[in-house]
Amino acid sequence: MFDDLRDLYQEVILDHGRKPRNFRRLDGADRTARGDNPLCGDRMELFVNLSPEGRIAEAAFQGRGCAISMASASLMTETVQGKTQAEAAELSGKFRELAMSGACPECGASIADEMERLQPLAGVHEFPSRVKCATLAWHTLNAALVDEAQERTASSE
Amino acid sequence: MDGHIAATAAGLDVERVRADFPILGERVHGKTLVFLDSAASAQKPRQVISAMTRCMETAYANVHRGAYRLSEQATDAYEAARAAVARFLGAGDSREVVFTRNSTEAINLVAHSYGRGVMKPDRAVLISEMEHHANIVPWQMLRDERGVELRVCRVTDAGELDLEDLSAKLADGKVGLVAVTHMSNALGTVTPAERIASMAHDAGALVLFDGSQAAVHRRVDVQAVGADFYVFTGHKLYGPTGIGVLWARAELLDRMPPFLGGGEMIASVTFEKTTWAPFPAKFEAGTPPIIESVGLRAAIDYVSAVGMPAVEAHERRLVDHAMRRLSDVDGLTVLGRAQDRGGVFSFALDNAHPHDLSTLLDRAGIAVRAGRHCAEPLHARFGQEGGTCRASFGLYTTAAEVDTLAEALTAARRFFA
Repeated sequence: MFDDLRDLYQEVILDHGRKPRNFRRLDGADRTARGDNPLCGDRMELFVNLSPEGRIAEAAFQGRGCAISMASASLMTETVQGKTQAEAAELSGKFRELAMSGACPECGASIADEMERLQPLAGVHEFPSRVKCATLAWHTLNAALVDEAQERTASSE
Repeated sequence: MDGHIAATAAGLDVERVRADFPILGERVHGKTLVFLDSAASAQKPRQVISAMTRCMETAYANVHRGAYRLSEQATDAYEAARAAVARFLGAGDSREVVFTRNSTEAINLVAHSYGRGVMKPDRAVLISEMEHHANIVPWQMLRDERGVELRVCRVTDAGELDLEDLSAKLADGKVGLVAVTHMSNALGTVTPAERIASMAHDAGALVLFDGSQAAVHRRVDVQAVGADFYVFTGHKLYGPTGIGVLWARAELLDRMPPFLGGGEMIASVTFEKTTWAPFPAKFEAGTPPIIESVGLRAAIDYVSAVGMPAVEAHERRLVDHAMRRLSDVDGLTVLGRAQDRGGVFSFALDNAHPHDLSTLLDRAGIAVRAGRHCAEPLHARFGQEGGTCRASFGLYTTAAEVDTLAEALTAARRFFA
């Protein structure tokens, strides 16, 4: 009945949605932020540990949400591992473009592997009401990486 | 009405009703539309659409102002709509009908003009766990501003108002106003309005019913129920958006100060002092929803011609059918099991988040609401913080549509397995 939805719900998405990777709390994490989608009730808490040179040594999350938002957060925590904060911010922008348009023509070879890993989420662009589910984790990452003195809460709205 | 009554002695003729709703012929993703989100906003029959068009094409001007033919016609139409609402609610006096933008604005009007203007700050307001946010937030604002206590009546596991708790929370005589739903927008539970009103009155409190859902699904008689305030909204009753209704007893409207200030609601204005027009004009500042009032009147004429008892019986049969069909869907939980319920229910599937589920159902042409349906505390009460899906019926809903939903839910569960 729903075969044409396999573009959106690819096996990778269903798998990460059911068994999200890095789904745990990092006590005493260097950076944390909360992400909320007030419209649908999706909620997550993101934890980031930084290496001495400022790279993302470890990213993990906890929360609840739909298969798209859980899978997106799961894939994100895997993808940003080892990235500098500037690289993570760049990926975040490119991912948003992928989720909204289904493609990222300006994505260069330097991030080709990362974008390929995130590609299964490109299907959301055909579902305008679901794009926010995919981008919530990345909004939350952006909030976690801004100046640490600030209150860090991301909202998909 | 176009002289056409889509009800027979046997009840409602759903195919004739459906023929009046042009949108039901639309296709979604190549499938016939199955619209199960009428509780959020209902679709509009041709009679409403054409009444509004006719008003704009032949008899439109501002009301209560011009001494010319068109303005008089528009004024007559606007006041005729008020009279139609009064009849629809069983009100004795059409001056007791105040037009607002929607139910939310009507409740805010009461919270402002009665809550701040008449009720003493040492009183309490009693709401329930199954209120729509529109009947929670205005009272919280009143509490935070005036120190009025806000009490919350519990809901039982069956999804019914806990009347023992209601009684306990009324016992000290401190409650000035009981503000509860007449039918839950998430559970479909119809509350025992007459009993609630008499309990409130015995405890020295007034009672407001949020009839946004109830007025759509069954006959309402504000006098028989013993209501002091009753609110509903046009767009859920197959009418247009932008018009809602506050009905209140004349004596209360007389004592209440205005809500919004402006034109239309005054008797005289000088820079030193302004005096108010009598109600209902006192509560209708600015140009009112004129075209919408014509649409609402057409909607009331429409459901009245079908007959509210026929609508209620039709939806009751559909709910019974839905509960039977959905009990065959593995992993499905329906919230609440109230004895008296209308055509609205929320459900969760054990292996699919409500948003994923609604995306799938949409692919089958089925429109349901996903989320918390503006009833976040109720979802917490039932341990469904992540939300649910909600299906809601209208007078155009068919048993075949319920079957389509049940089949799609079974397929969705397989999809996510």
